[in-house]
Amino acid sequence: MKYVLLAVGDEKVWEQAGPAEREAVFAGWERFDRLLKSRNADRGGEELAPSGSATVVRKDGDQVIITDGPYAEATEQIGGFVIVEARDLDEAIEFARACPSGTVEIRPVVEYQG
Amino acid sequence: MAGDGATGAERAYREHWARLLALLTAELRDLDLAEESLQDAFAAAVAAWPPEPANPPAWLLTAARRRAMDRLRHGAVVARKLPLLIVDEPEPPSAIPDERLRLIFVCCHPALSTDARVALTLRCVGGLTTREIARLFLVPEATMAARITRAKKKIAQAGIPYRVPSEAELAERRDGVLAVIYLIFTEGYAATGGDRLIREDLAAEAIALGRMLRELLPADAEVDGLLALMLLHHARREARLGPAGELVRLPDQDRSRWRGEEIAEAVALLRRRAPYGPPGPYLLQAAIAAEHATADRAEDTDWPAIARLYGALEQITGSAVVRLNRAVAVAEAEGPQAGLELLEGLDRALGRHHLLHATRAELLRRLGRDREALEAYGRALEAVGTDPERAFLLSRRADLSGSATGPETGPGGPHRAHP
Repeated sequence: MKYVLLAVGDEKVWEQAGPAEREAVFAGWERFDRLLKSRNADRGGEELAPSGSATVVRKDGDQVIITDGPYAEATEQIGGFVIVEARDLDEAIEFARACPSGTVEIRPVVEYQG
Repeated sequence: MAGDGATGAERAYREHWARLLALLTAELRDLDLAEESLQDAFAAAVAAWPPEPANPPAWLLTAARRRAMDRLRHGAVVARKLPLLIVDEPEPPSAIPDERLRLIFVCCHPALSTDARVALTLRCVGGLTTREIARLFLVPEATMAARITRAKKKIAQAGIPYRVPSEAELAERRDGVLAVIYLIFTEGYAATGGDRLIREDLAAEAIALGRMLRELLPADAEVDGLLALMLLHHARREARLGPAGELVRLPDQDRSRWRGEEIAEAVALLRRRAPYGPPGPYLLQAAIAAEHATADRAEDTDWPAIARLYGALEQITGSAVVRLNRAVAVAEAEGPQAGLELLEGLDRALGRHHLLHATRAELLRRLGRDREALEAYGRALEAVGTDPERAFLLSRRADLSGSATGPETGPGGPHRAHP
């Protein structure tokens, strides 16, 4: 099964992190990346620019309303995503545990057959 | 639950539901389809029996398989478009392989909400109908049906595997299963509405689940511990309530109304485990309950032993509630001053909990520090939630000259804050 791991966190922590802390986080992500590759589970992923850069396009009937984002005001925002191939939810949970993000939301990818 | 007058189909339901559902789920890779088909098979048995077939479970399995094939052929299932369960290859076939552990672990998976775990476990493993579960939890049947449907959908969509966890995960996941069963049990006692019989049913279901788990995981000491703990609390059910339905505190309970054979069963379970490695939290809680349950009179209670057990339990759980209970036991064993000292530092965790203040008040009063005791009763009264407990505290405060005892430490288990 394919899952998306959404890395969720407080962006302020990252903004205020010093160079050494950032180094450590990057190293953590590299380790995570190696783990996924060694298990042939890596199906891509990206780090997202901070939610302050988000733009929301909302359609209401014929109208299109463009506003400053993100779509939901919250302390924690999605900071990135990783797509993984896992045997089942338990393996996806194992990957999420290994992921450096403090909070990870696991969402199965809908796969249509035939 | 049917008694001695049960029909063959009812008996077969009770004995074989979980085993057959577990097996069908593995075969069909669809919990929903398996459940519906098996339900149909039992309905057919009610109509067709007697005469009872020579091998009732085999008859039911064949009927359920046929129903499942019918359903699949008629496309009733295809329309749902849910992915198939992820199923490991089954063990080499014996007559009817026992797949119940897989069923239990899937129902208690941590990715499901607690409500869903409880409902699914009672439905799939306990074999209760949705209506029965709804009645036990005092919610409309439609609400419970929706909860169970959502949970089954999540299992399929999220890819929760139909599998006994690997050795590495087993201990943690086993704890989750024990927690679900104990939650069902304590729900029976914590119920705020409904009549008493209903709550006893729920506790009895939890005990039945505990027995099944013990059959499936015979080497697991914590499974024994949980079963013993539930048996010990449940053995006191008839003495816990007074004539007006009020709670009777442990020291005041009529011990002749405790169920001796259930206590003996629990004590035997604990004895079997006594010489082995460091005990887990359920075994320790059961040992504490056993100390209370085996004292002939309240004044015969071995408080030093209970204080030691709470000490061990506090070490592994770090729980403030356990510390509070330990303080009560230490006060009984060594005197109120020693107990009072153990309450220090608990205000941050339990400051809004009336039992901390009520316990402090009782200990202060025993030390003759009446003014401070009055103050602590006041704080307890500010925090107390239920009327019977409020009435009790008011009477204690009004009568600062009587002899004092701490809050009951038994019936709900040390983690529960109810008397």
